Amino acid sequence: MMLARAIAEQDVAHLPGRRDEAWKYTDLRGALRAVPGPSPRGVAPVGLGPLGAVEADHAITFVNGRCDGEGSFEARAGETATFRLRFVSQAEETSHQAAFAVTVQAGATLTLLETYEGSGSAYLANVNLDIWLAEGASLERIVVLEEPDDAVSVSSAEVELSAESAYAQTVLTRGARLQRHETRLHHPGGGATVRIDGVYLLGARRHADLTTVVTHEGVGGVTSQLTKGVARDQARGVFQGKIVVSHGADRTDARMGHHALLLTDGAEIDAKPELEIYADDVSCAHGNTVGALDEDALFYMRQRGLPEAQARAMLMQAFLGEVTDRIAHEGARHAAQAWAAAELGALS
Amino acid sequence: MLSIDNLHAVVGGAEILKGLTLDVPAGEVHAIMGPNGAGKSTLSYVLTGRSGYDVTQGGATLDGADLLALAPNERAARGLFLSFQYPLEIPGVPSLTFVRTALNAQRVARGEAEVSAPEFLKRARAVAAALKIDFDMLKRPLNVGFSGGEKKRMEIFQMVMLEPRFLILDETDSGLDIDALRIVSEGVNALRSPDRAMLVITHYQRLLDYIKPDRVHVLAGGRIVASGGPELALELEATGYDRYAA
Repeated sequence: MMLARAIAEQDVAHLPGRRDEAWKYTDLRGALRAVPGPSPRGVAPVGLGPLGAVEADHAITFVNGRCDGEGSFEARAGETATFRLRFVSQAEETSHQAAFAVTVQAGATLTLLETYEGSGSAYLANVNLDIWLAEGASLERIVVLEEPDDAVSVSSAEVELSAESAYAQTVLTRGARLQRHETRLHHPGGGATVRIDGVYLLGARRHADLTTVVTHEGVGGVTSQLTKGVARDQARGVFQGKIVVSHGADRTDARMGHHALLLTDGAEIDAKPELEIYADDVSCAHGNTVGALDEDALFYMRQRGLPEAQARAMLMQAFLGEVTDRIAHEGARHAAQAWAAAELGALS
Repeated sequence: MLSIDNLHAVVGGAEILKGLTLDVPAGEVHAIMGPNGAGKSTLSYVLTGRSGYDVTQGGATLDGADLLALAPNERAARGLFLSFQYPLEIPGVPSLTFVRTALNAQRVARGEAEVSAPEFLKRARAVAAALKIDFDMLKRPLNVGFSGGEKKRMEIFQMVMLEPRFLILDETDSGLDIDALRIVSEGVNALRSPDRAMLVITHYQRLLDYIKPDRVHVLAGGRIVASGGPELALELEATGYDRYAA
């Protein structure tokens, strides 16, 4: 919200920065001396974007914060659909923002293919999404962020679930100058399930921040979170995962994992896993590791004939595969795996 | 075939191999026995090129080629295979995918055509059956969650699939029960041929009842201190290594 106001009022004083606890690793205030002026109208890009290989029934594209359709999408009760939502930035040292709402009605099953595609440079972009799932609704959200080295971009979603609904999310990013993808999710328990995953692959001086807050507010909610990242050069990966189990949210089952590989000494990972538990009889666990590729495993693979680069790529793909394998939609899973493999190729 | 000449090697600042000389001609199986800490595993890692195992003097050749000048994968492509004492787990990579990738990498390095998927699978099924490996196990990530015996069996599976020319077996019998030992040994013995050779590293004589060596060497204090025929292994079993202690 602070960022939205900063852009709307062109006032840098509203930008969050390192004095705000939630933004201390992604210091927008420190990065921007002024809010860039408003972006011009853009032209809808040719092609379908990074998830173009996956067929969609509906599509809406935003270019520089302006969209070619309505500002919301609704999957009707009982419907099964795939929806492509693209946020395109074609901007040079300008700023823009967009807001969008996605509703999945009772019993509907929606696959959301959400992409952030930037051309140009040094822009500031902000997207706010509202996502609501009715009872028994199911949403699988695949997010791919492809933005230039020098862009600053923030995307935030507020997610509201109903009983017996299923929400699954996989975010794949290669970062930007400063980039943050944030998800705030209200979990009602009552048989609702959440999978909330991420992959970041960072080189050069890129920065990606995956922040999630899952608040369990009812009895018997299930959350499974797995985020994995690879960073090299001077890149910086930030993972802030918070799971809150509110008073009365008994029998919550929440698992959070964050694992990162540092390929070079200059890269940095800041991980802040948090469990805040106010209920009884809950099952919560988190695991967090940051390390290098297993040199012993690499030697073993080379002894069997794999050249070093191939052995490294194979280990890293397997490492990330544990995240992308969790995508249920077959086409989206293949697209995500291909995207990760291509980005890994660019990194190694 | 394999020729090691006055090999000296340092690990973590300590000299472990102190002038080891050994020739293993094609068609022969040689056993290296010795007390713990004699340098048996160091020898296998130096020959296969593990980093941290630095050769300070001497050399080793395979079919006349300077082994120590080659990267580990280049040594593998020339037919050098080490069955690890403690095989590594490779999470997320199905065993079959791994072996096929390794086989094709070796073939490409040798300028040969890659093996097609159906051809590979057909052979993998036959080899797995011979080694009594459940084919479904080959779809699981390599060695992840496998028992010690299963890992050793997977080493032999890989060895048979990769058809190496020079085999080093490092304590292959450890962790194996008698039935598994017999199956693994049959797999190894099936690879014996006039154009192959093997180095069997073992602490105990037991393995040599199944894989009969042509020559037995005693490694102690970083060098070969005694060599003889198969009877030397039996002698060692009776008398122990004490008289060879450095």
